[in-house]
This record gives sequence, C-alpha cells and structure tokens, in this order.
Amino acid sequence: MAEQAMAAARELPVGPIGRRGVGWWGVGTLVASEAALFAYLLFAYFYYGATAGTNWVLEPRPNLGVALPNTLLLLASSVVAWWGERGVLYGRRPQALLGFGLAAIMGCIFALVQVHEWHTKPFTFGTSSFGSLYFLTTGLHEAHVVVGILILLFIFIWTALDYFSPRRRLSVSAGVLYWHFVDAVWLCVFSTYYLSPYLGFGT
Amino acid sequence: MSLSTPLGYLDAAGTRADAIVSLTWYMLIVSIAVCVIIGWLLLRGYREVRGNGGAAETRAVAVAEGPDGSRWIRNGLLLSGIPLLVALVWTMVTLAAVSGPPPHPAVTLDVTGHQWWWEVTYVGAQPEDSFTTANEIHIPVGARVLVRLHGGDVIHSFWVPKLSGKTDMIPGQTNFGWLQANAAGIYAGQCSEYCGMQHAHMMLQVVAQSPEDFASWRDHQLQAATAPDTPAAQRGAQLVEYRCGLCHQIRGTHAGAHSGPDLSHFASRHTIGAGLLPNTPGTLAAWIENAHNLKPGNLMPNQQLTGDDLSDVLAYLELQR
Amino acid sequence: MKAADLRTPLSGPDSVPHQARLLKLWEGPGGLAGFLGSVDHKQIGGRYIVTAFIFLILGGLEALLMRLQLAGPDRTLLTPEQYDELFSTHGMTMIFLYASPVLSGFSNYLWPLLLGSRDMAFPRLNAFGYWVYLASGMFLYAGFLTGHGTNDGWFNYVPYASQPYNPGLNEDFYSLGMVFLGISTTVGAANFIVTAFRTRAPGMSLDRLPILVWGTLTASVANLIVVPAVSLAFLMLWLDRQFGTQFFNTAGGGQPLLWQHLFWIFGHPWVYAIVLPAMGMVSDGLPVFCRRPLVGYSLVAISTVATMILGFGVWVHHMFATGLPGLGLSFFSAASIAITLPSAVAVFAWLATIRLGKPVITTAFLFFSSMILLFVIGGVSGFMTASVPVDWQLTDTYFIVAHIHYVLVGINVFPVVGAIYFWFPKMRGRFLDEKLGRWNFWIMFIGFNLAFLPMHLTGLMGMPRRVYTYGPNMGWTTLNLITSVGSFVFAVGVVLLVVNVVKCWSKGKTASSNPWDAPTLEWSVSSPPPPYNFAVIPTVASRHPLWEDRLGSAPRSSLDQGLLLDVGKETIGTTAVDAEPDMILEMPEDSYAPVLATLGIAGVFTGMILKEWPLTALAAVVLAVALLWWLWPRRELREREPAHG
Repeated sequence: MAEQAMAAARELPVGPIGRRGVGWWGVGTLVASEAALFAYLLFAYFYYGATAGTNWVLEPRPNLGVALPNTLLLLASSVVAWWGERGVLYGRRPQALLGFGLAAIMGCIFALVQVHEWHTKPFTFGTSSFGSLYFLTTGLHEAHVVVGILILLFIFIWTALDYFSPRRRLSVSAGVLYWHFVDAVWLCVFSTYYLSPYLGFGT
Repeated sequence: MSLSTPLGYLDAAGTRADAIVSLTWYMLIVSIAVCVIIGWLLLRGYREVRGNGGAAETRAVAVAEGPDGSRWIRNGLLLSGIPLLVALVWTMVTLAAVSGPPPHPAVTLDVTGHQWWWEVTYVGAQPEDSFTTANEIHIPVGARVLVRLHGGDVIHSFWVPKLSGKTDMIPGQTNFGWLQANAAGIYAGQCSEYCGMQHAHMMLQVVAQSPEDFASWRDHQLQAATAPDTPAAQRGAQLVEYRCGLCHQIRGTHAGAHSGPDLSHFASRHTIGAGLLPNTPGTLAAWIENAHNLKPGNLMPNQQLTGDDLSDVLAYLELQR
Repeated sequence: MKAADLRTPLSGPDSVPHQARLLKLWEGPGGLAGFLGSVDHKQIGGRYIVTAFIFLILGGLEALLMRLQLAGPDRTLLTPEQYDELFSTHGMTMIFLYASPVLSGFSNYLWPLLLGSRDMAFPRLNAFGYWVYLASGMFLYAGFLTGHGTNDGWFNYVPYASQPYNPGLNEDFYSLGMVFLGISTTVGAANFIVTAFRTRAPGMSLDRLPILVWGTLTASVANLIVVPAVSLAFLMLWLDRQFGTQFFNTAGGGQPLLWQHLFWIFGHPWVYAIVLPAMGMVSDGLPVFCRRPLVGYSLVAISTVATMILGFGVWVHHMFATGLPGLGLSFFSAASIAITLPSAVAVFAWLATIRLGKPVITTAFLFFSSMILLFVIGGVSGFMTASVPVDWQLTDTYFIVAHIHYVLVGINVFPVVGAIYFWFPKMRGRFLDEKLGRWNFWIMFIGFNLAFLPMHLTGLMGMPRRVYTYGPNMGWTTLNLITSVGSFVFAVGVVLLVVNVVKCWSKGKTASSNPWDAPTLEWSVSSPPPPYNFAVIPTVASRHPLWEDRLGSAPRSSLDQGLLLDVGKETIGTTAVDAEPDMILEMPEDSYAPVLATLGIAGVFTGMILKEWPLTALAAVVLAVALLWWLWPRRELREREPAHG
C-alpha cells in the first residue's frame, strides 16, 4: 500500500473571517460583470463618436460647474465608506456608523444633484444617439448608486444592531467594495462625457 | 444535379467572382482532405477495438498508462499549420484583388435596397443623363461597373453570385461593390440578408450585354414614356397616372411618385415583383389585381379594377417598352 | 479569539454513524416544499438538464415544421410570418434555452462531484440561476404562444427589429426575455468561477482539474464578461422601440452596425461557451473507454483557454460583408484562421487517445468518438468562412446553416447524448439500455449527416438562408428533400433517446458506484450520490484518483479517509491555485428566497412588456424583500458575530 496523501491537519477559520470567504469572490465576479457593462457603454460612446464624424457630441463644452464638485463628492464618499469599514475593523462602532451613514448621505446628495444635472441638459434622450447614450449611461449609473446607497443603509443598520466584529464582517467589506466600484465607474463615465469633449473627441 | 445553378458561384462569369473560385476550391479540397484523413484515422482506431458492449466489457479491459502520444499533437499541428498558412496568404492576396472600388469605373450605379425590391439609378455625367429603374441591371461586358449600395429601410445585401460576392446595404452608410462580367448573359441576384417576410422574393437580374447593346439600351431608357396610341391605351394612361402614380413614377407622365419601383419602360423588363413572376400580360394582370396574395406583406395593394379598366391599363403599360 | 472562529477539522475514516449524521444535516425535505426550496446542486443540475431537453424537443418540432415547408419548392404549408417566427424561435430555443443550459445542468450536477466538494460555492445562487432560466424561457415562449414570437432570427439585426418595421410585441418579448435570461447566465457563471477556484478537494491543484471543469470555467469567464454586451444591446433595442431613443435609428444619429458589434462581441464567445464544456465531456469520457488517460492533458487544457482568448478577437468574421475597411478584415480573417489551431490540438489528442488506447465500443463511446468527425467537419467549414473573400460568397447561404449545425449538434448534442449514456448510471444508479443505445446512435448519426452534409452543397449552389420558400428552377429541390428526410430520421433518433431514458428511469439495470471503471472522483461515491456527496472530503494526489492502483502515483489519493466535517452543513474551502485547505465553509440550508426573487424579477419584466408600471414597482419590492431575506447576515452561516446582536 502506497503512502496516502493527506491534507495537513491545522486550525482553519470556520465561515467567513475578514475578507476571506467565498462571498468576497462572489461580489468580485459581480463587479467584473458590471464593469464589463460600463465598458460596453463607453465602447458605444467611442464607436458613435468615431463613426459619426464631427458634431456628434451635443455639448462640446459641458458645464463642469456642478458635475466636477459632484464627482469629487462621490469620490470622497468612497473614502468615508472606507473609513467606516476601518471602524468595524478596529471595533469602533461609532466611527463605523458615522462612516456608513455619511457615505450614504453623500451618495444621496450625488444622486439628487445628478437628477438636477439631467434637467439642465439642453437635450433629451430622444434628441439623438448622443442624448440617448448619455441618459442611458448616467441613468444606469444612477441605478447603481441607488443600489449602493441601499447597501450602505443596510450595512449601517446591521452595524447599529451590532452584528459585526473585526473578524465577522464580510457583508461590510463586500458592500463597501461595491460602493468603491460605483465610484470608480463614475470616474470613467465622467471622464468620457465631461472631459473627453474638451480634448476634441467627437466635436 | 449539377453545381451550375442560377445562384451557384463555382461557375463564375465575372472578374470579381472568378478570383474567389480558385481559393474556394483550394479550401474545399483541403477541407475534404482533412475530413477524409481524420475519418480514416478514426476508422483505424475502431479497428483496434478490444471490446464491444457495455459496462462489463469496458471494465474487462485493463487500464494502462500507454504511450505518451504528444507527438501526435505536435505533428498534427505542424501538418495543419501548412495549409492554414497557405490559406491565409492566398486570402490576403485575393482580398487585395477583389476589395475596394475600382478607380475608373465605366458605369456608376446607385442601388438601394427596399422591402422587397431594388431601386437602381444610373448616374450620368449630367443630371439629364441619369435615370432610375428597378430590379434589373444592365451592364456592358468587360467593363468595370461601380455599385454604390444603400439601405433604404432595413439591411439588405447585394449578391450576384456569378459576378460578385455579397456586400450589405445598410441604412446610414454607403458601401461599395463592383461588377465586371466577362461574358454576355443574364445573371441572377438575390438579397442575402434577412429583411422580412418576402426576403425569399427579393431577386434581381443582371443583364450583361455587348457595349453597343448596352449603349442603345441606355439611350432607350433615357427616353420619355411612349404616348398612348389607341383609345384603350389612352384610357389606360389616365388610370395609370391617377392610380399607379400615387406610388410609382413613369418619366414623361404625371405619374411621379417614388415610394414604389420606377415603371418607366417597365414592359422591357424580364420579371415582375423583384423576380417573382415572368413579365407577361397575363402575369401582369394577376399582379395588378392580386399583388398582395402573390407576395404577402408587400406594400402594393390589390387593385380592384373592373375588367375593362384592367385591360386598358395593360394596354398602356405594355406600350412602355 | 473565540472557539467558534477557528477549528481543526477532524479527519478520520468513513463510517455508518458518520454517514447517518451527514444525511441528517444534508437531506432536504421532500414534496413541493423541498422542490421549491432545494439548493442541492444535483437536484438543480437535473432540473436544468430536463428543462433544456424539453426546449430541445420544442426547438426540434419547430425545425421539423420548417423542413416540411422546405421539402419541395413553392410549398405553402406555412405563411411567411409563421416561417419567420419558427426559424427565429428555433434559433433562440436551441442556442439560448437548450445548448447553454444543458451544459450548465451537467456542470452543476457534476462539478462538486468532480471536485470533491459537497456543493457549489453558492447553492442558493445556483437555485436562483435555474429559476431565472425557467422563468425567462417561459417568458420568451409566452411571446411565441400568444403570436408574438421573435421574427428576426436569433441575431436579430436592426433596423428590421426596430419598431417602424416590426411594430408588434414580437421583438419586445425577445429583447426583455434576453435581458432576463442574461441574469441567469451571469449568476451561473459567477458561481462556476468561484466554485472552481475555492471549493476543490485538498490536493486538486489546477493541473489536476478534469477537462470538463476547464471547459465550463473558461466558458463561465467568457460569459461573465460578454453577456452584458448583449443585455445592453437588447435593452437599447427595447428603449428604441418603446421610448423613442435613437441608438439604432440613423435619422437620429444612431448606428445599425453598433447592434452587430455588440451582438457578436457576445455571440462569438458564446458559441465557444456552448461547445467548450461539451468538448470537455469528450476529453473526460473518451479516455474511460480507451482505457488510458487522455493524451496531452496539459495541451488540451491550454488549448481550451487559448480558444476562448482568440474567440474574443474574431467577432467581426460575422460582419465581413458589412463594408468594413480591408485592414480590419485582414486582421479578423487571420485570427479566425488561427483559431483552428487550438481546436486541432483537441482533435489530435482525442485521436491519439483512441489509437494509443484499447478502445471499447459502448454507446457513449460511439457518441463521443463520432463527435470528433462531426467537429472536424464543422471546423473546416468554419475555416472556409474565415477567409473573407470566400465568406463573401458563402455567408448567409445554407453553407452557414450546415456549418452552425455541425458545430452545435456535432459538438454539443452528440457529446451531451454521450454524456447521458455515460453519467446516467451515476445520476440514477441505473444503466440505459445499450442495445437501444446502438439504435439511438446510428439513427441519430445517419439522420444528422443525411440532413446536414448535403446542405453544404445546397449552400455552394447558392440557396440563401432564412427564405420561406424557393422556386422549382433554382436547382435545390432534390437536396432539400434529402435534408427534410434526414431531419425526420434524426428526430426518430432523438425519440429513441427519450424512450430509453423513460424505460430505464426506474427499471434499468442497476449500476455500481464505478460501473465503467472510470478514474475521476464522481465515481468514488455511490450511484446515485448521497445528498452530501462525499462522506469524507477526499485528498487528491493525481488527475486520476481511481486509477492510481494501476497507473501509480506517490503518494496516493485518499478517498475513504479524510476530513469528516460533520459538525454542521459544511464543506472545505481551498486556496485558488494549489487547493490547500483554507477555511471551513458553512453551507446554507434550503431557501425560498431564490424562487421568491425570481417571481419578483418575472413580475418586473411582465410589467415592462405590458407597460403596467404598478406591477413592475410592486414586483421590484418583492424582489428587494427576497434579496434582503437572502442576504441578511446569518449566525448559522457565521456571517455575523454570534455573541453580538
């Protein structure tokens, strides 16, 4: 009888500890798929722009007065959410609550300002393919923001219910990862719609 | 059964299609050879069987590591690589020969695909040298004809197999194809991108004729409609202008609409309904009365004409040679 | 540090009391409650397979109607509208509702057994994927049955699919249904990826994975990335049709070709996604009947991945005739010719396995090995169309119809039927009838080739695809009649398969745990497997744990001794590359959240097609509640601190 392989007996975490759990991978794959969705939306933008020639972009000089501060607000909310996650990580519940609550409020402000931004646009989704794509892309992003806010809200509630500890916190880490994704995608959308026209693309 | 069917391309008759035939044969022969070789290897494998049955027969044959066998893969890849490389180079050479519009075309056409017919405009040097016809293209033998392709509603695809491969006709963009027939004859064409209910009946004909015949055909097409010369034809002319003219044009008359095929010199064409029927007085009468039943979904309504009106209309239309 | 956080899992031998403990932990309730709530991968996998076969039969009936119409020239059995809905629904059914789900079914059933795990990484997500597949399939067929079947072919080009040319609800059902189905594909893909990387038995490093796992893993990575492209395209189409956006409308600056790009960026990798797992079945099944390991395992695994990587770069070969610039065409032509090479690796590996092995003919072997020839025929016809100028003649003719059927029937249906003969004894503990199996095989094989081999010629003779009829003078009459006869012969073969399954479902000859003397882990457990799959988690030491006594391996895999994990509903989580034990996974109990969430989504889509927005809103609330119920951190899954809250 040959020697049998046997996994070394050692202490193993039971269930998700920290980020170590299949749930973390699950949210990772979800984020990859969602990122692909936005990549195709941006592909469509550059495809239209490249094939339609000049004057495809309806706003050659988009107003950054509101959009830029709003973008900075959303990026800042990512930092705040991260700070809240650190609160859970070090067992500082007030910090965690403040972090998640503040991040959710900042997300709400971003979402409302975005609705205002839509109203200021001189075109609608039916004006041209540019208008359609602008509203579809920012609209789908807005939907992701709303989902992200709900996730932050429930992380907030669960933290308030004292569900988590520095070790048992997979829901927090996965939720905050999703929020970082929502913010990172916005940076790509913002650069495409608000910055690339200044570089002369499609105008 | 013969390979030489109306829409077959292995008996090509045009420069552009000819260039593709030899490449097709090469790839076809390589493909068949590969299938035969693999099939033969497989059969050789079957000849070595150690059992035939079910689970018991399977278990009865001892498992063994066997030879490594990776040289099979190596040799297989090397052997497949060579014909692939040849195909790649040949493809690039052929592509260079047949793609791109010709620099100095003898004739320039604008062809627009509609559900389910072809609008064909001959572009002259002057606007008065241009004219429009439908579903039938005449070209001079031996000359390069530039075809600019447009999508009128949905996507169609322009295909005259014996003269040229397919090029799509897409709304919002102009694609280019070209034809050069090397022998006189009538070559069948067919829409080859699914375009709705009557995609099956969206055919066209390319009539390749000697340059002299082509020139006289072209001059004739440029002439205005033939005036009616009998009372029946005169009554027919009025009916045609008043009813058919809502959708069709006959140059030189009051029928001047563009939503249906241009009917100038209609009687000289070979078919009705984009290749659906041969163009005879009998089929024409049937078409006028029953277009919707003969080609369901097409936009031409059935004309409820009384017997006299119908024969008057036919009398006039048959004059438009 | 709390006791519940860390544990050294006990190892030991399998025993009867141990199995009784596991059974109590893992066995779900029976009846309707068990049916709706089950998260057992074997139940879910079985349902996928049965549902996919129902769709296969529906799609087959549609095909037979079309073949009756085309059996002779100018036949009027079907109106053009009926024909158009039939060929479109046939394509949709076979490609989206049969070919991919049936492979998901096999992979769902087999993966944990192949990997030495007790379930998939996300059992509830697995159930959700199935329910969404079922609901979206019913949604798509609701359109067909109410006279609003899709009518623009499976690739659904705009502008014909746009509202002005297609005003009915036909394309709305297709658009929304495809977005709906995309959810199932995406969550299924995510589940396979995480399962492959995190729940393998200790010792099953990546170079010991069965090829089926490589195939489904590769397909899943592709699906995860490309399904959003087609979901987006269909969403844009629906918005264009119902809300006046201008994505594809040229008058508003839209681009019909954007549809084709988005569709084929998805569509071509998808074709590989529905053949690579089936090729994996052959790579794993064929060697069993050749009584030796697969030749060139590593090369075959690499070529599986390489096919997909190249597969991302060939989508334009579906668009050679759209007037793209020559340089771009050359690139995509070259890539499409090059993709032949990784496929050739698999073909020569299989051939060598047969030639260097000691083949035993069984029905499964006949299906697996004949697939090699069908694969080559489908491959070389693909090679021909990879050449741009040749494609300009062949595209949209019956040559392509023949090609796609050799690919999809040859590389999907034949291996799948072989897989049924091969794994049915594992799933049911009973054999299918081998004698009937021979009839089944030969009638399917002869019928298929009779129908589709002459079709290449039909295409070379110029018959365009998607025509509802043709004239008597076109020269295609005889060939079409042969194809129609062949298709009915093929259908008889499929009927024989169904007869065999029905006959042997509970009356077939009983099978032992390893009836074929096969090498992989699924054959180490009883037939059918117990709810917990493995009483002890095996430790794997080679690619062929059950053949080690004959092929040698030092050390040996351990199958009857290993981690017991009988404290709760648990399995082992391992590291991504080397499969070292990494954590103990707490597995969820049965749950109604997946089926409730699916009802919510179905309500959302139903409201969208009816434009009943209150229904959509209400259903969205149901969906949200179901997700919250699902994701609420649970003590028993250790998603929250037991001592807290």
